[in-house]
Amino acid sequence: MAYSDKVVDHFNNPRNMGSFKKEEDGVGTGIVGAPECGDVMKLQIKVQDDRIVDARFKTFGCGSAIASSSLATEWLKGKTLEEAEKIKNTDIVQELNLPPVKIHCSVLAEDAIKAALNDYKKKTDKESQ
Amino acid sequence: MKFPIYLDNHATTPMDPRVLEVMLPYFTEKFGNAASRNHAFGWEAEEAVETARKQLAHLIHADAKELVFTSGATESDNLALKGVLEMYREKGDHIITSVTEHRAVLDTAKALETKRGAKVTYLPVDKTGMVNPDDVRNAITDRTILISIMMANNEIGTINPVKAIGKVAKEKGVLFHCDATQGVGKIPVNVQEMGIDLMSFSAHKIYGPKGIGALYVRKKAPRVRIAPIIDGGGHERGMRSGTLPVPLIVGFGKAAELCEQEMPTESVRLAALRDRLQAGITNALEAVYLNGHPTERLPHNLNLSFAYVEGESLLMGVKEIALSSGSACTSATLEPSYVLRALGVGSDLAHSSIRFGLGRFNTEEEVDYTIKRMIETVTRLREMSPLYEMAKEGIDLKSVQWAVH
Repeated sequence: MAYSDKVVDHFNNPRNMGSFKKEEDGVGTGIVGAPECGDVMKLQIKVQDDRIVDARFKTFGCGSAIASSSLATEWLKGKTLEEAEKIKNTDIVQELNLPPVKIHCSVLAEDAIKAALNDYKKKTDKESQ
Repeated sequence: MKFPIYLDNHATTPMDPRVLEVMLPYFTEKFGNAASRNHAFGWEAEEAVETARKQLAHLIHADAKELVFTSGATESDNLALKGVLEMYREKGDHIITSVTEHRAVLDTAKALETKRGAKVTYLPVDKTGMVNPDDVRNAITDRTILISIMMANNEIGTINPVKAIGKVAKEKGVLFHCDATQGVGKIPVNVQEMGIDLMSFSAHKIYGPKGIGALYVRKKAPRVRIAPIIDGGGHERGMRSGTLPVPLIVGFGKAAELCEQEMPTESVRLAALRDRLQAGITNALEAVYLNGHPTERLPHNLNLSFAYVEGESLLMGVKEIALSSGSACTSATLEPSYVLRALGVGSDLAHSSIRFGLGRFNTEEEVDYTIKRMIETVTRLREMSPLYEMAKEGIDLKSVQWAVH
Protein backbone atom coordinates (compact mmCIF):
# COMPACT_ATOMS: atom_id res chain seq x y z
CA MET A 1 0.00 0.00 0.00
CA ALA A 2 2.19 2.81 -1.24
CA TYR A 3 0.75 6.30 -0.95
CA SER A 4 -0.59 7.91 -4.12
CA ASP A 5 1.68 10.53 -5.68
CA LYS A 6 -0.93 13.24 -5.26
CA VAL A 7 -1.35 12.50 -1.55
CA VAL A 8 2.41 12.61 -1.06
CA ASP A 9 2.58 15.90 -2.97
CA HIS A 10 -0.04 17.56 -0.78
CA PHE A 11 1.70 16.20 2.28
CA ASN A 12 5.09 17.57 1.29
CA ASN A 13 3.75 20.79 -0.22
CA PRO A 14 0.55 21.58 1.64
CA ARG A 15 -1.53 24.30 0.06
CA ASN A 16 -2.84 27.10 2.24
CA MET A 17 -1.71 25.68 5.55
CA GLY A 18 -2.31 28.11 8.39
CA SER A 19 -4.99 30.15 10.14
CA PHE A 20 -7.10 33.25 9.89
CA LYS A 21 -8.25 34.96 13.03
CA LYS A 22 -11.64 33.46 13.81
CA GLU A 23 -13.18 36.80 14.75
CA GLU A 24 -12.02 38.50 11.55
CA ASP A 25 -14.72 39.82 9.26
CA GLY A 26 -15.72 37.47 6.50
CA VAL A 27 -14.08 34.41 8.07
CA GLY A 28 -15.94 31.14 8.52
CA THR A 29 -14.36 28.38 10.61
CA GLY A 30 -15.23 24.68 10.65
CA ILE A 31 -13.66 22.20 13.05
CA VAL A 32 -14.65 18.54 12.62
CA GLY A 33 -13.46 15.17 13.89
CA ALA A 34 -12.04 14.24 17.29
CA PRO A 35 -8.59 13.46 18.70
CA GLU A 36 -9.78 10.04 19.89
CA CYS A 37 -10.58 9.18 16.28
CA GLY A 38 -7.17 10.28 15.08
CA ASP A 39 -8.69 12.87 12.73
CA VAL A 40 -9.31 16.57 13.36
CA MET A 41 -9.63 19.09 10.54
CA LYS A 42 -9.89 22.86 10.87
CA LEU A 43 -10.96 24.55 7.67
CA GLN A 44 -11.37 28.32 7.28
CA ILE A 45 -12.73 30.46 4.45
CA LYS A 46 -12.46 34.18 3.83
CA VAL A 47 -15.45 35.53 1.97
CA GLN A 48 -15.87 38.79 0.06
CA ASP A 49 -19.01 39.64 -1.92
CA ASP A 50 -20.31 36.09 -1.58
CA ARG A 51 -17.14 34.64 -3.08
CA ILE A 52 -14.45 32.70 -1.23
CA VAL A 53 -11.26 34.66 -1.81
CA ASP A 54 -8.98 32.69 0.47
CA ALA A 55 -8.91 29.52 2.56
CA ARG A 56 -6.74 27.88 5.21
CA PHE A 57 -6.49 24.45 6.80
CA LYS A 58 -4.86 22.71 9.74
CA THR A 59 -5.18 18.95 10.19
CA PHE A 60 -4.32 16.33 12.80
CA GLY A 61 -4.54 13.10 10.84
CA CYS A 62 -2.94 10.76 8.37
CA GLY A 63 -1.44 11.71 5.02
CA SER A 64 -4.75 11.16 3.24
CA ALA A 65 -6.56 13.41 5.71
CA ILE A 66 -3.95 16.14 5.30
CA ALA A 67 -4.14 15.84 1.51
CA SER A 68 -7.96 15.91 1.53
CA SER A 69 -8.11 19.13 3.54
CA SER A 70 -5.27 20.75 1.58
CA LEU A 71 -7.05 19.94 -1.66
CA ALA A 72 -10.29 21.29 -0.25
CA THR A 73 -8.71 24.72 0.36
CA GLU A 74 -7.39 24.72 -3.21
CA TRP A 75 -10.81 24.02 -4.60
CA LEU A 76 -12.60 26.48 -2.35
CA LYS A 77 -10.63 29.52 -3.50
CA GLY A 78 -12.56 31.44 -6.12
CA LYS A 79 -15.84 29.58 -5.64
CA THR A 80 -19.11 31.15 -4.63
CA LEU A 81 -20.75 29.89 -1.44
CA GLU A 82 -23.25 28.00 -3.56
CA GLU A 83 -20.54 26.33 -5.61
CA ALA A 84 -18.64 25.41 -2.46
CA GLU A 85 -21.70 23.58 -1.08
CA LYS A 86 -21.55 21.30 -4.11
CA ILE A 87 -18.09 19.89 -3.41
CA LYS A 88 -18.52 16.17 -2.75
CA ASN A 89 -16.21 13.77 -0.93
CA THR A 90 -16.28 11.51 -3.99
CA ASP A 91 -14.61 14.29 -6.01
CA ILE A 92 -11.79 14.29 -3.47
CA VAL A 93 -11.50 10.49 -3.55
CA GLN A 94 -11.18 10.57 -7.31
CA GLU A 95 -8.67 13.42 -7.45
CA LEU A 96 -6.39 11.86 -4.81
CA ASN A 97 -6.91 8.20 -5.78
CA LEU A 98 -7.87 7.38 -2.20
CA PRO A 99 -8.17 3.66 -1.45
CA PRO A 100 -11.39 2.38 0.20
CA VAL A 101 -9.84 2.37 3.67
CA LYS A 102 -9.17 6.15 3.37
CA ILE A 103 -12.51 7.28 2.00
CA HIS A 104 -13.58 8.49 5.42
CA CYS A 105 -10.84 11.16 5.23
CA SER A 106 -12.58 12.71 2.23
CA VAL A 107 -15.92 12.56 4.03
CA LEU A 108 -14.42 14.49 6.92
CA ALA A 109 -13.05 17.09 4.49
CA GLU A 110 -16.52 17.55 3.00
CA ASP A 111 -17.90 17.92 6.54
CA ALA A 112 -15.23 20.51 7.27
CA ILE A 113 -16.19 22.54 4.19
CA LYS A 114 -19.85 22.50 5.18
CA ALA A 115 -18.99 23.41 8.77
CA ALA A 116 -16.97 26.42 7.61
CA LEU A 117 -19.77 27.56 5.28
CA ASN A 118 -22.35 27.18 8.04
CA ASP A 119 -20.20 29.12 10.47
CA TYR A 120 -19.85 31.95 7.96
CA LYS A 121 -23.62 31.96 7.34
CA LYS A 122 -24.34 32.08 11.07
CA LYS A 123 -21.97 35.02 11.50
CA THR A 124 -23.43 37.02 8.61
CA ASP A 125 -26.99 36.24 9.72
CA LYS A 126 -26.15 37.60 13.16
CA GLU A 127 -24.63 40.72 11.69
CA SER A 128 -27.60 41.45 9.49
CA GLN A 129 -30.00 41.08 12.44
CA MET B 1 24.14 5.06 5.16
CA LYS B 2 21.77 2.91 3.16
CA PHE B 3 18.19 4.02 2.64
CA PRO B 4 15.58 3.23 3.67
CA ILE B 5 16.86 2.80 7.22
CA TYR B 6 15.28 -0.20 8.94
CA LEU B 7 14.12 0.44 12.49
CA ASP B 8 11.22 -1.98 12.63
CA ASN B 9 13.02 -5.02 14.07
CA HIS B 10 10.02 -6.12 16.14
CA ALA B 11 8.11 -6.80 12.94
CA THR B 12 10.93 -8.84 11.45
CA THR B 13 14.70 -8.79 11.11
CA PRO B 14 17.06 -9.06 8.17
CA MET B 15 18.79 -12.40 8.03
CA ASP B 16 22.35 -12.38 9.29
CA PRO B 17 24.60 -13.20 6.30
CA ARG B 18 26.30 -15.83 8.43
CA VAL B 19 22.94 -17.56 8.80
CA LEU B 20 22.30 -17.51 5.07
CA GLU B 21 25.71 -19.00 4.44
CA VAL B 22 25.10 -22.12 6.52
CA MET B 23 21.65 -22.62 5.00
CA LEU B 24 22.64 -22.65 1.33
CA PRO B 25 24.11 -26.17 0.99
CA TYR B 26 20.84 -27.60 2.27
CA PHE B 27 18.87 -26.35 -0.69
CA THR B 28 20.66 -27.98 -3.60
CA GLU B 29 23.41 -30.23 -2.25
CA LYS B 30 22.34 -31.66 1.09
CA PHE B 31 18.67 -31.60 0.20
CA GLY B 32 17.56 -34.88 1.75
CA ASN B 33 14.42 -35.39 3.78
CA ALA B 34 15.46 -35.67 7.43
CA ALA B 35 12.99 -38.53 7.82
CA SER B 36 14.61 -40.66 5.09
CA ARG B 37 16.18 -43.23 7.34
CA ASN B 38 17.82 -45.37 4.75
CA HIS B 39 20.33 -43.29 2.86
CA ALA B 40 23.03 -40.70 3.30
CA PHE B 41 20.88 -37.83 2.09
CA GLY B 42 18.47 -38.47 4.94
CA TRP B 43 21.19 -39.06 7.50
CA GLU B 44 23.01 -35.84 6.78
CA ALA B 45 19.75 -33.89 6.85
CA GLU B 46 18.82 -35.46 10.16
CA GLU B 47 22.23 -34.65 11.58
CA ALA B 48 21.85 -31.01 10.56
CA VAL B 49 18.44 -30.84 12.22
CA GLU B 50 19.73 -32.34 15.45
CA THR B 51 22.65 -29.93 15.52
CA ALA B 52 20.23 -27.03 15.18
CA ARG B 53 18.00 -28.48 17.86
CA LYS B 54 20.94 -28.56 20.23
CA GLN B 55 21.87 -24.97 19.39
CA LEU B 56 18.34 -23.78 20.14
CA ALA B 57 18.07 -25.83 23.32
CA HIS B 58 21.35 -24.41 24.54
CA LEU B 59 20.12 -20.85 24.13
CA ILE B 60 17.12 -21.43 26.37
CA HIS B 61 18.67 -23.97 28.79
CA ALA B 62 16.45 -26.82 27.67
CA ASP B 63 17.10 -30.31 26.40
CA ALA B 64 17.14 -30.80 22.62
CA LYS B 65 14.44 -33.47 22.96
CA GLU B 66 12.10 -30.81 24.31
CA LEU B 67 11.93 -28.78 21.11
CA VAL B 68 9.22 -29.15 18.47
CA PHE B 69 9.73 -27.37 15.15
CA THR B 70 6.79 -25.45 13.73
CA SER B 71 6.20 -22.93 10.95
CA GLY B 72 6.61 -20.05 13.36
CA ALA B 73 5.60 -18.59 16.70
CA THR B 74 1.97 -18.25 15.60
CA GLU B 75 1.75 -21.98 15.01
CA SER B 76 3.60 -22.62 18.27
CA ASP B 77 1.07 -20.49 20.16
CA ASN B 78 -1.77 -22.36 18.49
CA LEU B 79 -0.18 -25.71 19.31
CA ALA B 80 0.42 -24.76 22.93
CA LEU B 81 -3.10 -23.54 23.66
CA LYS B 82 -5.05 -26.01 21.55
CA GLY B 83 -2.72 -28.91 22.33
CA VAL B 84 -2.95 -28.41 26.09
CA LEU B 85 -6.71 -27.86 26.11
CA GLU B 86 -7.33 -31.06 24.21
CA MET B 87 -4.90 -33.13 26.25
CA TYR B 88 -5.97 -31.88 29.67
CA ARG B 89 -9.65 -31.51 28.98
CA GLU B 90 -10.65 -33.84 31.76
CA LYS B 91 -8.70 -31.82 34.26
CA GLY B 92 -10.34 -28.54 33.28
CA ASP B 93 -11.12 -25.99 30.60
CA HIS B 94 -9.94 -22.66 32.03
CA ILE B 95 -7.08 -20.67 30.52
CA ILE B 96 -5.54 -17.51 31.99
CA THR B 97 -3.88 -15.04 29.68
CA SER B 98 -3.49 -11.25 29.42
CA VAL B 99 -4.98 -8.46 27.31
CA THR B 100 -1.68 -7.44 25.74
CA GLU B 101 -0.74 -10.82 24.26
CA HIS B 102 0.01 -11.08 20.56
CA ARG B 103 -2.97 -11.82 18.33
CA ALA B 104 -1.60 -15.35 17.84
CA VAL B 105 -2.49 -16.03 21.47
CA LEU B 106 -5.56 -13.80 21.81
CA ASP B 107 -7.29 -14.98 18.63
CA THR B 108 -6.51 -18.61 19.48
CA ALA B 109 -7.93 -18.15 22.98
CA LYS B 110 -11.07 -16.53 21.53
CA ALA B 111 -11.47 -19.38 19.05
CA LEU B 112 -11.21 -21.91 21.88
CA GLU B 113 -13.90 -20.00 23.77
CA THR B 114 -16.34 -19.94 20.89
CA LYS B 115 -15.63 -23.31 19.31
CA ARG B 116 -14.43 -25.50 22.17
CA GLY B 117 -16.23 -24.11 25.18
CA ALA B 118 -13.04 -23.06 26.93
CA LYS B 119 -13.24 -20.39 29.62
CA VAL B 120 -10.63 -17.68 29.29
CA THR B 121 -9.60 -14.99 31.76
CA TYR B 122 -7.87 -12.01 30.17
CA LEU B 123 -5.84 -10.35 32.93
CA PRO B 124 -5.37 -6.58 32.78
CA VAL B 125 -1.95 -4.95 32.83
CA ASP B 126 -0.78 -1.95 34.80
CA LYS B 127 -0.01 1.34 33.11
CA THR B 128 3.50 0.18 32.20
CA GLY B 129 2.08 -2.92 30.55
CA MET B 130 3.07 -5.44 33.20
CA VAL B 131 1.05 -8.42 34.39
CA ASN B 132 0.87 -8.79 38.18
CA PRO B 133 1.72 -12.32 39.41
CA ASP B 134 -0.80 -11.91 42.23
CA ASP B 135 -3.52 -11.34 39.63
CA VAL B 136 -2.46 -14.62 38.06
CA ARG B 137 -2.66 -16.40 41.41
CA ASN B 138 -6.08 -14.96 42.19
CA ALA B 139 -7.48 -15.96 38.83
CA ILE B 140 -6.57 -19.65 39.20
CA THR B 141 -9.48 -22.02 39.84
CA ASP B 142 -9.62 -25.79 40.15
CA ARG B 143 -10.44 -25.90 36.45
CA THR B 144 -7.41 -23.91 35.29
CA ILE B 145 -5.15 -25.93 33.01
CA LEU B 146 -2.97 -23.27 31.43
CA ILE B 147 -1.47 -19.86 32.05
CA SER B 148 -0.21 -18.09 28.93
CA ILE B 149 1.71 -14.85 29.53
CA MET B 150 4.23 -13.34 27.13
CA MET B 151 7.82 -12.67 28.06
CA ALA B 152 8.09 -9.26 26.43
CA ASN B 153 5.59 -7.19 24.49
CA ASN B 154 6.20 -6.59 20.81
CA GLU B 155 4.79 -3.05 20.81
CA ILE B 156 5.97 -1.44 24.02
CA GLY B 157 8.87 -3.71 24.94
CA THR B 158 7.75 -4.24 28.55
CA ILE B 159 9.21 -7.39 30.09
CA ASN B 160 6.85 -9.36 32.32
CA PRO B 161 7.87 -10.82 35.71
CA VAL B 162 8.11 -14.25 34.12
CA LYS B 163 10.02 -15.94 36.95
CA ALA B 164 7.45 -14.82 39.54
CA ILE B 165 4.60 -16.02 37.33
CA GLY B 166 6.38 -19.34 36.85
CA LYS B 167 6.58 -19.68 40.62
CA VAL B 168 2.84 -19.11 40.99
CA ALA B 169 2.14 -21.64 38.28
CA LYS B 170 4.36 -24.22 39.97
CA GLU B 171 2.82 -23.53 43.36
CA LYS B 172 -0.67 -24.12 41.98
CA GLY B 173 0.19 -26.99 39.67
CA VAL B 174 -0.86 -25.18 36.49
CA LEU B 175 1.09 -25.35 33.23
CA PHE B 176 2.79 -22.11 32.19
CA HIS B 177 3.15 -21.22 28.52
CA CYS B 178 5.25 -18.22 27.61
CA ASP B 179 5.20 -16.56 24.18
CA ALA B 180 8.84 -15.53 24.19
CA THR B 181 9.06 -14.47 20.56
CA GLN B 182 10.41 -11.00 21.38
CA GLY B 183 12.62 -12.14 24.28
CA VAL B 184 14.59 -15.13 23.02
CA GLY B 185 17.98 -14.09 21.72
CA LYS B 186 17.57 -10.57 23.09
CA ILE B 187 17.50 -11.12 26.86
CA PRO B 188 18.66 -14.19 28.81
CA VAL B 189 16.03 -16.92 28.79
CA ASN B 190 16.23 -19.95 31.08
CA VAL B 191 13.20 -22.21 31.09
CA GLN B 192 14.43 -23.97 34.24
CA GLU B 193 14.96 -20.85 36.33
CA MET B 194 11.82 -19.22 34.95
CA GLY B 195 9.59 -22.21 35.62
CA ILE B 196 8.34 -22.29 32.02
CA ASP B 197 6.58 -25.42 30.77
CA LEU B 198 5.88 -24.42 27.15
CA MET B 199 7.50 -21.65 25.16
CA SER B 200 6.97 -20.23 21.67
CA PHE B 201 9.61 -18.46 19.65
CA SER B 202 10.53 -17.86 16.06
CA ALA B 203 13.52 -17.46 13.76
CA HIS B 204 12.70 -14.34 11.80
CA LYS B 205 12.84 -12.17 14.92
CA ILE B 206 16.44 -13.22 15.62
CA TYR B 207 18.06 -12.68 12.22
CA GLY B 208 16.99 -16.09 10.96
CA PRO B 209 14.68 -17.07 8.10
CA LYS B 210 10.93 -16.61 8.02
CA GLY B 211 8.80 -19.74 8.10
CA ILE B 212 10.31 -21.59 11.05
CA GLY B 213 9.70 -21.49 14.76
CA ALA B 214 9.71 -23.78 17.75
CA LEU B 215 7.65 -24.81 20.72
CA TYR B 216 9.54 -25.83 23.84
CA VAL B 217 7.61 -28.62 25.58
CA ARG B 218 8.89 -29.59 29.02
CA LYS B 219 9.73 -33.24 29.53
CA LYS B 220 10.56 -33.35 33.22
CA ALA B 221 9.00 -31.94 36.35
CA PRO B 222 6.38 -32.06 35.02
CA ARG B 223 6.21 -34.03 31.80
CA VAL B 224 3.98 -31.95 29.55
CA ARG B 225 1.90 -33.65 26.91
CA ILE B 226 0.10 -31.89 24.09
CA ALA B 227 -2.25 -33.11 21.39
CA PRO B 228 -1.03 -32.26 17.91
CA ILE B 229 -2.93 -29.83 15.70
CA ILE B 230 -1.37 -31.24 12.55
CA ASP B 231 -1.56 -34.94 11.85
CA GLY B 232 0.18 -36.97 9.19
CA GLY B 233 3.18 -39.12 9.87
CA GLY B 234 3.87 -38.35 13.50
CA HIS B 235 7.02 -36.23 13.12
CA GLU B 236 8.45 -34.39 16.13
CA ARG B 237 7.46 -37.20 18.52
CA GLY B 238 3.91 -37.10 17.27
CA MET B 239 3.50 -33.46 18.16
CA ARG B 240 3.87 -31.90 14.70
CA SER B 241 3.68 -33.83 11.49
CA GLY B 242 5.22 -32.69 8.25
CA THR B 243 8.56 -32.87 6.53
CA LEU B 244 11.05 -30.69 8.34
CA PRO B 245 12.29 -27.69 6.36
CA VAL B 246 15.94 -28.54 6.89
CA PRO B 247 17.52 -25.37 5.48
CA LEU B 248 15.25 -23.19 7.62
CA ILE B 249 16.03 -25.25 10.70
CA VAL B 250 19.76 -25.05 10.04
CA GLY B 251 19.38 -21.28 9.76
CA PHE B 252 17.31 -21.12 12.95
CA GLY B 253 19.97 -23.02 14.86
CA LYS B 254 22.76 -20.80 13.58
CA ALA B 255 20.76 -17.67 14.39
CA ALA B 256 20.31 -18.95 17.95
CA GLU B 257 24.00 -19.69 18.30
CA LEU B 258 24.93 -16.22 17.09
CA CYS B 259 22.46 -14.62 19.51
CA GLU B 260 23.90 -16.55 22.40
CA GLN B 261 27.42 -15.48 21.48
CA GLU B 262 26.61 -11.85 20.74
CA MET B 263 23.90 -11.12 23.32
CA PRO B 264 26.19 -9.83 26.08
CA THR B 265 27.73 -7.14 23.90
CA GLU B 266 24.84 -6.63 21.52
CA SER B 267 22.24 -5.94 24.18
CA VAL B 268 24.52 -3.35 25.77
CA ARG B 269 25.23 -1.68 22.43
CA LEU B 270 21.56 -1.58 21.44
CA ALA B 271 20.42 -0.29 24.82
CA ALA B 272 22.91 2.55 24.49
CA LEU B 273 21.67 3.35 20.97
CA ARG B 274 18.08 3.20 22.15
CA ASP B 275 18.81 5.52 25.06
CA ARG B 276 20.61 7.88 22.68
CA LEU B 277 17.59 7.89 20.37
CA GLN B 278 15.22 8.53 23.27
CA ALA B 279 17.31 11.33 24.75
CA GLY B 280 17.93 12.94 21.37
CA ILE B 281 14.21 13.15 20.70
CA THR B 282 12.88 13.98 24.15
CA ASN B 283 15.50 16.63 24.84
CA ALA B 284 14.51 18.54 21.71
CA LEU B 285 10.72 18.14 21.72
CA GLU B 286 8.04 18.85 24.28
CA ALA B 287 4.94 16.71 24.93
CA VAL B 288 6.57 13.37 24.06
CA TYR B 289 5.53 10.41 26.24
CA LEU B 290 7.11 6.99 26.74
CA ASN B 291 4.79 4.01 26.41
CA GLY B 292 5.73 0.94 28.44
CA HIS B 293 7.99 0.34 31.40
CA PRO B 294 10.97 2.69 31.69
CA THR B 295 13.46 0.04 32.86
CA GLU B 296 11.93 -3.44 32.56
CA ARG B 297 12.06 -3.10 28.83
CA LEU B 298 13.66 -4.82 25.85
CA PRO B 299 17.03 -3.16 25.28
CA HIS B 300 16.28 -2.35 21.64
CA ASN B 301 12.70 -1.10 21.95
CA LEU B 302 11.35 2.44 22.17
CA ASN B 303 7.71 3.47 21.91
CA LEU B 304 6.86 7.16 22.07
CA SER B 305 3.69 9.19 21.68
CA PHE B 306 4.07 12.62 20.10
CA ALA B 307 1.12 14.70 21.26
CA TYR B 308 -0.82 16.67 18.65
CA VAL B 309 0.68 14.71 15.73
CA GLU B 310 -0.92 11.64 14.18
CA GLY B 311 1.24 8.53 13.72
CA GLU B 312 0.68 7.70 10.08
CA SER B 313 1.40 11.25 8.97
CA LEU B 314 4.60 11.08 11.01
CA LEU B 315 5.61 7.86 9.27
CA MET B 316 4.85 9.48 5.91
CA GLY B 317 7.06 12.39 6.89
CA VAL B 318 10.03 10.11 7.62
CA LYS B 319 9.31 7.62 4.87
CA GLU B 320 12.99 6.91 4.31
CA ILE B 321 13.02 5.33 7.80
CA ALA B 322 11.05 2.13 8.42
CA LEU B 323 9.07 2.38 11.66
CA SER B 324 5.61 1.49 12.86
CA SER B 325 2.75 3.16 14.71
CA GLY B 326 -0.12 2.29 17.01
CA SER B 327 -2.37 4.66 15.11
CA ALA B 328 -5.67 3.42 13.78
CA CYS B 329 -4.81 4.85 10.40
CA THR B 330 -1.97 2.35 10.03
CA SER B 331 -4.06 -0.70 10.80
CA ALA B 332 -6.17 -2.55 8.27
CA THR B 333 -9.10 -2.51 10.65
CA LEU B 334 -8.84 1.20 11.55
CA GLU B 335 -8.61 0.21 15.23
CA PRO B 336 -5.91 1.89 17.32
CA SER B 337 -3.44 -0.32 19.16
CA TYR B 338 -5.19 -2.53 21.73
CA VAL B 339 -1.92 -2.76 23.64
CA LEU B 340 -1.74 1.00 24.17
CA ARG B 341 -5.41 1.05 25.05
CA ALA B 342 -4.78 -1.61 27.70
CA LEU B 343 -2.17 0.67 29.28
CA GLY B 344 -4.79 3.35 29.66
CA VAL B 345 -3.07 5.57 27.10
CA GLY B 346 -5.79 7.80 25.68
CA SER B 347 -6.89 7.15 22.10
CA ASP B 348 -5.48 10.46 20.97
CA LEU B 349 -1.99 9.51 22.23
CA ALA B 350 -2.41 5.98 20.84
CA HIS B 351 -2.92 7.58 17.42
CA SER B 352 0.27 9.55 18.01
CA SER B 353 2.53 6.64 18.87
CA ILE B 354 5.63 5.46 17.05
CA ARG B 355 7.48 2.22 17.72
CA PHE B 356 11.24 2.07 17.14
CA GLY B 357 12.88 -1.39 17.03
CA LEU B 358 16.66 -1.31 16.84
CA GLY B 359 18.65 -4.26 15.58
CA ARG B 360 22.03 -5.85 15.06
CA PHE B 361 22.73 -3.93 11.88
CA ASN B 362 21.71 -0.45 13.01
CA THR B 363 24.45 2.14 13.52
CA GLU B 364 24.88 5.25 15.58
CA GLU B 365 24.85 7.26 12.36
CA GLU B 366 21.41 5.89 11.53
CA VAL B 367 20.16 6.72 15.02
CA ASP B 368 21.45 10.30 14.83
CA TYR B 369 19.85 10.75 11.41
CA THR B 370 16.57 9.42 12.79
CA ILE B 371 16.69 11.83 15.72
CA LYS B 372 17.17 14.76 13.34
CA ARG B 373 14.37 13.72 11.03
CA MET B 374 11.94 12.97 13.83
CA ILE B 375 12.49 16.40 15.34
CA GLU B 376 12.05 18.09 11.94
CA THR B 377 8.93 16.15 11.05
CA VAL B 378 7.19 16.44 14.41
CA THR B 379 7.87 20.17 14.39
CA ARG B 380 6.47 20.55 10.88
CA LEU B 381 3.38 18.49 11.64
CA ARG B 382 2.73 20.38 14.85
CA GLU B 383 2.71 23.60 12.79
CA MET B 384 0.03 21.91 10.70
CA SER B 385 -1.95 20.66 13.70
CA PRO B 386 -5.13 22.37 14.93
CA LEU B 387 -4.64 20.54 18.26
CA TYR B 388 -1.20 22.03 18.77
CA GLU B 389 -2.58 25.44 17.93
CA MET B 390 -5.38 25.04 20.46
CA ALA B 391 -3.01 23.75 23.12
CA LYS B 392 -0.71 26.72 22.59
CA GLU B 393 -3.69 29.04 23.01
CA GLY B 394 -4.18 27.47 26.42
CA ILE B 395 -7.29 25.48 25.50
CA ASP B 396 -7.75 22.26 27.46
CA LEU B 397 -8.35 19.75 24.68
CA LYS B 398 -10.14 17.40 27.06
CA SER B 399 -12.84 20.01 27.62
CA VAL B 400 -13.63 20.62 23.96
CA GLN B 401 -16.91 19.43 22.42
CA TRP B 402 -15.78 17.74 19.24
CA ALA B 403 -18.09 17.57 16.24
CA VAL B 404 -17.79 13.89 15.40
CA HIS B 405 -19.89 12.61 12.51
